[in-house]
Amino acid sequence: MAEYKWPEADKRALIGKRISRIDGPDKVSGRAKYSYDIKRPGVLYARMLRSPHAHAKIVSIDITAAEKMPGVKAVRIIQEVGKEIKWAGDDIVGVAAIDEAAAEDAVRAIKVQYEILPHLVIDTDPQNAGDNAKPTAAVTQGDPAANFAAADVVSTEGFYGNHVITHCCLEAHGMTTEWSDDKNLLVHPSTQNVSGTAAQMATPLETPATNIRVHQDHIGGGFGSKFGPDSWGIECARISKQAGGKPVKLFLERAAELMVAGARPSSYAQVKVGAKKDGTLVAWDSVSWGTGGPGGGGSPPLPYVFNIPHQHKQHTAIANNIGPARAWRAPNHPQGCLITMSALEDMAAHLQMNALDFFLKNIDLTGPRAQVYRDELKIAADLIGWQKHWHQRGDKTAGPIKRGLGLSIHTWGGAGHASDCDITIQPDGSVELKMGTQDLGVGTRTALAIVVADTLGLPLTGVRILIGDNSYPVSGPSGGSTTIGGISASSRRGAVDARDLIFAKAAPALEAKPEELEAWGGMVRVKTDPSRSLTWAQACAKLGGMPITVRGKNPGPEKLNDQGVGGVQMADVSVDVETGIVKINKIVAVQDCGLIIDLKTAESQVYGALIMGVTYALYEEKIMDQQTGTMLNPNMEFYKLAGLGDIGELVVHMMTGKGYDERGPIGLGEPPTVSPGAVISNAVANAIGVRVPTLPLTPDQVLAALEKKGGNHARI
Amino acid sequence: MRAFEYTSPENVDQALHLLGNTWEDAAPLAGGTDLLALMKDDIVSPRRLVNIKEIGALRGLSIDAKRGLRIGALVTIQELADNPKVAHAYPVIAKTANEIAGPQIRNMATIGGNLCQRPRCWYYRSGHGLLARDEKGQSLVPGGDNRYHAILGNTGPAFFVSPSTLAPLFIALRAVVRLVGPRGPREIPLEKFYLIPKTESEREHDLKPNEIVTEVIIPLLGGARAATYEVRHKEAMEWPLALASVVLNMKGKTVSSARVLLGHVAPVPWRSAEAEAALVGNQISEAVARAAGEAAVANAKSLGRNGYKIQVARVAVKRAILAAA
Repeated sequence: MAEYKWPEADKRALIGKRISRIDGPDKVSGRAKYSYDIKRPGVLYARMLRSPHAHAKIVSIDITAAEKMPGVKAVRIIQEVGKEIKWAGDDIVGVAAIDEAAAEDAVRAIKVQYEILPHLVIDTDPQNAGDNAKPTAAVTQGDPAANFAAADVVSTEGFYGNHVITHCCLEAHGMTTEWSDDKNLLVHPSTQNVSGTAAQMATPLETPATNIRVHQDHIGGGFGSKFGPDSWGIECARISKQAGGKPVKLFLERAAELMVAGARPSSYAQVKVGAKKDGTLVAWDSVSWGTGGPGGGGSPPLPYVFNIPHQHKQHTAIANNIGPARAWRAPNHPQGCLITMSALEDMAAHLQMNALDFFLKNIDLTGPRAQVYRDELKIAADLIGWQKHWHQRGDKTAGPIKRGLGLSIHTWGGAGHASDCDITIQPDGSVELKMGTQDLGVGTRTALAIVVADTLGLPLTGVRILIGDNSYPVSGPSGGSTTIGGISASSRRGAVDARDLIFAKAAPALEAKPEELEAWGGMVRVKTDPSRSLTWAQACAKLGGMPITVRGKNPGPEKLNDQGVGGVQMADVSVDVETGIVKINKIVAVQDCGLIIDLKTAESQVYGALIMGVTYALYEEKIMDQQTGTMLNPNMEFYKLAGLGDIGELVVHMMTGKGYDERGPIGLGEPPTVSPGAVISNAVANAIGVRVPTLPLTPDQVLAALEKKGGNHARI
Repeated sequence: MRAFEYTSPENVDQALHLLGNTWEDAAPLAGGTDLLALMKDDIVSPRRLVNIKEIGALRGLSIDAKRGLRIGALVTIQELADNPKVAHAYPVIAKTANEIAGPQIRNMATIGGNLCQRPRCWYYRSGHGLLARDEKGQSLVPGGDNRYHAILGNTGPAFFVSPSTLAPLFIALRAVVRLVGPRGPREIPLEKFYLIPKTESEREHDLKPNEIVTEVIIPLLGGARAATYEVRHKEAMEWPLALASVVLNMKGKTVSSARVLLGHVAPVPWRSAEAEAALVGNQISEAVARAAGEAAVANAKSLGRNGYKIQVARVAVKRAILAAA
């Protein structure tokens, strides 16, 4: 019986080491081809006529002039007359032409008349949202009324929130499609879901999914917004068919990418917290609201992580005309985290308690991972110098620059998804793995190479990894931090089975039983007598003339991964109280994720999450204009992303060893993105002595908070 | 982007022949960091681009002991920032230039282009015209999101802010801009080059469609003290929320004359006579700098979302004065 469990630390040659991405050189040199880079012979370029109105009905469409324009190969009405359009930027007509300029000229020649309908694009005031506000039923736990009444301290002034942000993928959404004949479609998408794309295209295209081939080598960002082909992907294939099957490239222009390809729901809450004098939390009350576009928006988990015994909460989803919401790393968690951690830190300040002591006082409310949080809080506090630098709210030092510390904790699941792979071993000893997965930032190729090479006792270069094609075994979509758990488990099981087949073939030559063998250092050898050995190639030669292929699966025998992680972050910021500018001095992230396959890519995930976190904490906002119903900053000039000069010093500490390794790999894409907004907001409050209620913490918001607080901070 | 004719003259005469009488006819192309973006967004669509980068006479940078600094229109911002003579004689110019945007922009963008770049108003850039009007002719700015709009000179109809970071400093340094058109060269103080448009057919500077900027002349600093202070949200690739450029002439410890210019606060680089008056005759101290900052924004007015910029501008003036002194 094969034994799949992860090797003990002394038997890991590669797992858990700090290993550079195997496809890193291709990416930094530009050799890596993203789907956006694919240029098929004779490709046509597609452009969309998009609705300029946030809410309108189509009265008429005239495409005759566009169809006659030089270079135009297909014009396709996507939304017919009479259709109600619910956000600016929605597709109305698609055009394919021999180059982008011809396609754009044709789009300009299309005439569409609209009946303009009333729109709502703001979300900050549910009172003004009318019928668009959809209250959900209140949820009560325990007896909040009695416990608020009995609490020593009740803070009632808490208002917190974050505006809508977009995914802003550097590689825009889109694909190139072509019909190889009238039955078979080839798709080069930018997707988080290689194996699942064909099934989503089959029905609308009336083509069997088996006839749809999907290939993607690299993806340039998804963050939860690229699970499906999207309406425009389906239209791309239809336009391609209309153009005689020719390849058609349809990737969103930057403005469309920011307008229509995904929004993270906003979330605002009025919060009341009740505590005892010693800091023990007893009661929570929140009235929250937010939007995720026409469908309303997700309800943030409140109170986040801390299960305060007595709770009352009510959420209102506001449906509006900003374009649909999509999952954004750890859906709803960053919002819930900001609201909760801000309210708790405000309570600590109210009690004049050190925020770290306050969090520790209540840490058992976090449930089964309380001890992990305790350990992580201690490490984070040491790394940021909490005891040395923390002060009561409001930096009292002279001058306009005020410094402060903040903290936050977060959680996530991260169980592995279903995953299959095929591992082939050739008689010459070469090894290949095929899996219909993708690398969304996980370092998928590298992780697979590490697991297989470690299992077979080979160097990293001894394994060839092929991913990104739906002709390979099915593996799940990359979302919700499910990839590393899934792909590591299936590749481990497959590699163990493949290795055991080689052991069975090699055993007679070594005069041993197969179970007495081990693969280590490029050798197959007897565990108790390593001098009895074959090189890997000699062992594989025993296969005879034919290779073997083994299927690895997850789920499968033995539990190889787990779920449920906790992380702690602390931030050190400086705020110029005369200009309202916030600067990050340092952020410390302490994170567990079970057994780490590659320490370097794991740390990189956290660095990336912190950078993205600084960005949404300080800069990002989908700014909508209620007059025109359109987005004012669908560009990378005023849709601001942090640069290297803005992120400060980032310190990452991964929890490893006993208590962590034996859980197996757990996903890491989501958890470290949850806390940065909260931790930076808390640090700013600690620095300037007043809460800036909403993210991003822009100069206008910081100065407004200071002015509201009064005193002479707001004026020089 | 719409189709256009591309021409590449070798001298100024050829360039002038290729330019037209309207902006729709032709536009001069230098670094292209603004023009190409405007064309891609379909905000302008000249039928012809006149690439002036091959014109040697528009290049070069020199310092003359009498006339001061001559900067050819095609000098890039990075060339200006890196020039050791400029760093020696005008450290404030080198420092200010080196803070603009990021290396990619500084390596492409030219001085002529920096002075002539178009406003970043998001209503303008999304097709509502320079004066940001809706179909009824009403400005979208006062009732809209005006967080980055003007706080001075904002009685309308123009509410955008002048985008150049160098123009306020150059005006504070009494720069002169030289242009050439069909009737030959002309020379005007840079301060007079910027205009607040009253109608959609006017532009925010006094450059005619058939003219090009050839060079900028900046008198010697003499003993004057100068500094720019810029308040930016991000470190790089970012527009200032407000900036101030200050040039102080001193008699002993007392300010004998001052020029205080604000940027990103008004439709033109904004000269503050009030701040200058608050400085003249005084020794520079925290209190005097603060008073000048107050004076600079005494007439500033919030449009609703941009009131914070009054504070930011006030601080920029104070800090520029303290940095200069």
